[in-house]
Amino acid sequence: MFLNNFWFLIIGVLWIGYFVLEGFDFGVGALLRIVGKDEKGRRVLINTIGPVWDGNEVWVVSAGAFTFAAFPEWYASMFSAFYLALLVILVCLIVRGVAFEYRGKGHSDVWRARWDWAILITSWGLALLWGVAFGNIVRGIALDADHEYVGTFLDLLNPFALVTGLCTLALFITHGAVYLALKTTLEIRDRARSTAMSVGVVAAILMALSVGWQHVLRGTALSLTLGVIAVVSLLAGVVLTRQGGRAGQSRDGWAFVATALSIASLALGWFASLYPDVLPSTIDPAYSLNITNAASTPYTLTLMSWIALVFSPVILGYQAWSYWVFRKRISAKQIPESPTKVPMH
Amino acid sequence: MDPLGIARWQFGITTVYHFLFVPITIGMALFIAITETAWVRTRNPVYLRAAKFWGKIFLINFAMGVVTGLVQEFQFGMNWSSYSRFVGDVFGAPLAMESLLAFFLESTFIGIWIFGWDKLKPALHAACIWLVAIGTTMSAFFIMAANSFMQHPVGITVNEDRSRAEMNDIWAVLTQPLNMWAYSHVIAGAILSGAAMFAGISSYFLMKKRDVPLFRKSVRLGLYGLLVGSTLTIVTGDLLAKVMTDVQPMKMAAAEALYETSAPASFSIFTIGSLDGSTEVFSIRVPGVLSFMATESFTGEVEGINNVQAAYEEEFGPGDYRPNIPVTYWMFRLMMGAGGAMLLVSIVGLWLTRKGRLPKSKTVWLLAMFSIAGPIVGHSAGWIFTEMGRQPWTVVGLYRTEESVSPSVSGGSVLTSLIVYTVLYGILAIIEVGLVIKYVKIGPPSEAEALAQIRRGPPRRGGTGGEGDAQGTDEHEDRPLTFAY
Repeated sequence: MFLNNFWFLIIGVLWIGYFVLEGFDFGVGALLRIVGKDEKGRRVLINTIGPVWDGNEVWVVSAGAFTFAAFPEWYASMFSAFYLALLVILVCLIVRGVAFEYRGKGHSDVWRARWDWAILITSWGLALLWGVAFGNIVRGIALDADHEYVGTFLDLLNPFALVTGLCTLALFITHGAVYLALKTTLEIRDRARSTAMSVGVVAAILMALSVGWQHVLRGTALSLTLGVIAVVSLLAGVVLTRQGGRAGQSRDGWAFVATALSIASLALGWFASLYPDVLPSTIDPAYSLNITNAASTPYTLTLMSWIALVFSPVILGYQAWSYWVFRKRISAKQIPESPTKVPMH
Repeated sequence: MDPLGIARWQFGITTVYHFLFVPITIGMALFIAITETAWVRTRNPVYLRAAKFWGKIFLINFAMGVVTGLVQEFQFGMNWSSYSRFVGDVFGAPLAMESLLAFFLESTFIGIWIFGWDKLKPALHAACIWLVAIGTTMSAFFIMAANSFMQHPVGITVNEDRSRAEMNDIWAVLTQPLNMWAYSHVIAGAILSGAAMFAGISSYFLMKKRDVPLFRKSVRLGLYGLLVGSTLTIVTGDLLAKVMTDVQPMKMAAAEALYETSAPASFSIFTIGSLDGSTEVFSIRVPGVLSFMATESFTGEVEGINNVQAAYEEEFGPGDYRPNIPVTYWMFRLMMGAGGAMLLVSIVGLWLTRKGRLPKSKTVWLLAMFSIAGPIVGHSAGWIFTEMGRQPWTVVGLYRTEESVSPSVSGGSVLTSLIVYTVLYGILAIIEVGLVIKYVKIGPPSEAEALAQIRRGPPRRGGTGGEGDAQGTDEHEDRPLTFAY
């Protein structure tokens, strides 16, 4: 049982890592034309996440692969149940990834504007859809005795899931704005800060609503505590962002820590409220998938534990190093002119 | 609507498409690492310019490999949930290892490599692309281990109560002979792909007589790569065939359209079979060669399709255990033909460019440009052969394809996703190829440009000027970025 608990926690940690890291690059993408008002501004935004977004995205690949390895039944039921939703998520991830890499390789304003819209729409979509997905996981879905989904796509768009989706949308935008306040200068930083403050309040309200609703659906003392921590941290992030400007002394780093903690607590709260289920059935609790009936054998879980324990520190080390290499703020003045015609050597 | 057939088409389309980019990525990463190392060691700017140029082409491909890989991981759960339930205990492990050991490595260091030209010392920067190259080759190892398990399940017991395969020996799963040779074969093929990009694109510049000194070096590197890659592909392919004959006799027999067990068995260069694939109508054959390919002896016995079919019926009950014979037969030939053609290109190319020579004829260069297609055709044919040749099984002897599909997903949903992926992939292919052509035409940066792009900042106050210096106010805050998206 220790292994099952341990792996439930590891899967939680992988999703937390994903949402904390890709959360801010979703936010940056979502604010592309709002905080980045002109071409140089948009390029500042893209360059703040340019070197790191791909590494951030691997966290979801890992979350998926480790769910497959540690809880195959969970992986199979969840991925087939969320079929069309995952299709939309995949399309967004594909278009968004290509957009980051290809936007700067074109030589016309039309080209760049198209990819900007692609980044913007997919970032909004993903920030919303991941919340909808986890809303459904927490709430449970119509699983039959064979753990097969018997509901429809529209069932996934229930009010609780949608509120949770709006909560993650606003939360990731706030987190992204706070990240931008930390990574940019002057007007762009000012716009990012004011966005963080206004959207942050909306996010806190939506989060309080989602966390409260979650508690009514299937809350525990722990999940409620984590939910409260999430809301408080988010508000702390807003306050710290506000103070940073007033005192003329940057608290951007602490504000980022606060919104990161908020995301981590919210996600951990989802897992706390699920436990010991991994995918509850709304038809009959007996049909639910839990950490026991969804799990792999102790042999596989032990093996994966060793691999995770040995390699995680190395990965965290070099990922942290990559953030260190690109730690400096980026200003609009540093951005070279965008090319308007194809150079010929 | 039949979800099974549509899901199979989807797997075929998305996998072949994904694998257009993967071997190019693996191979080019290696050759760019070699080129950049040459720059670090010799400080000859021509290598820096080359590394910069090839890096651009590489990144256009890399992005596509990454994003299409997402679909690969998700679709096991989406389209093949029953399969996932059956194999998850064993199949998930290499996938998880792949993400942890390989994907993090390549995606983190590619980011540092792209944006870090002016931030890292040259040797450290070159180390980043080596780490990317190592990451891509490790990734292939784990995914081939997972695939080899489907071809020949080892290291497991089947738990009848839970109706699933349970792993008891990861070492066997990772290192079974089939995987060792299949993996080597894929890596050899990837070297071939990267080399063909180098040789083919360099040929364009040599035909146009642009940047001749740079592309002479690149074309030679590419041609040597083709020679090494095609030789290794042929050797590993031969060794793989012997293991395959042993563990998947049906696939090998289908590859040859060999209906009756024969000793010695002849190699067919061309065969026309009856439409139902059960008998042979006409063929051209080389005596004894198939026996040699399969058993290392010109007189060895090779099992025929009809004999294996009879044996399988006895073991697994009545049913048709034959894959699609015309497809496996012709894909096998297409794959081998592509490999052989690449060997020929490399030998002729190295001869024509020996001792500083460069052919004047445009036709030669034009033909060389088409060599890019060789590995692409070879890889696609090889995968279609090996996956179609596994049918009717997803896990040979244990689990059938028809049982594998998701029971809860309707044909309409699968069709929707098939259409979405196909249209999206089609659009992206046009954009991708357009960008590659555009960046080839733009050509490598000039020496001044290339050197400007790697200029690191002047020493900062209290720092040593390297990448590890202390934080603090930077006097050159507004210095333009030498590279930005």
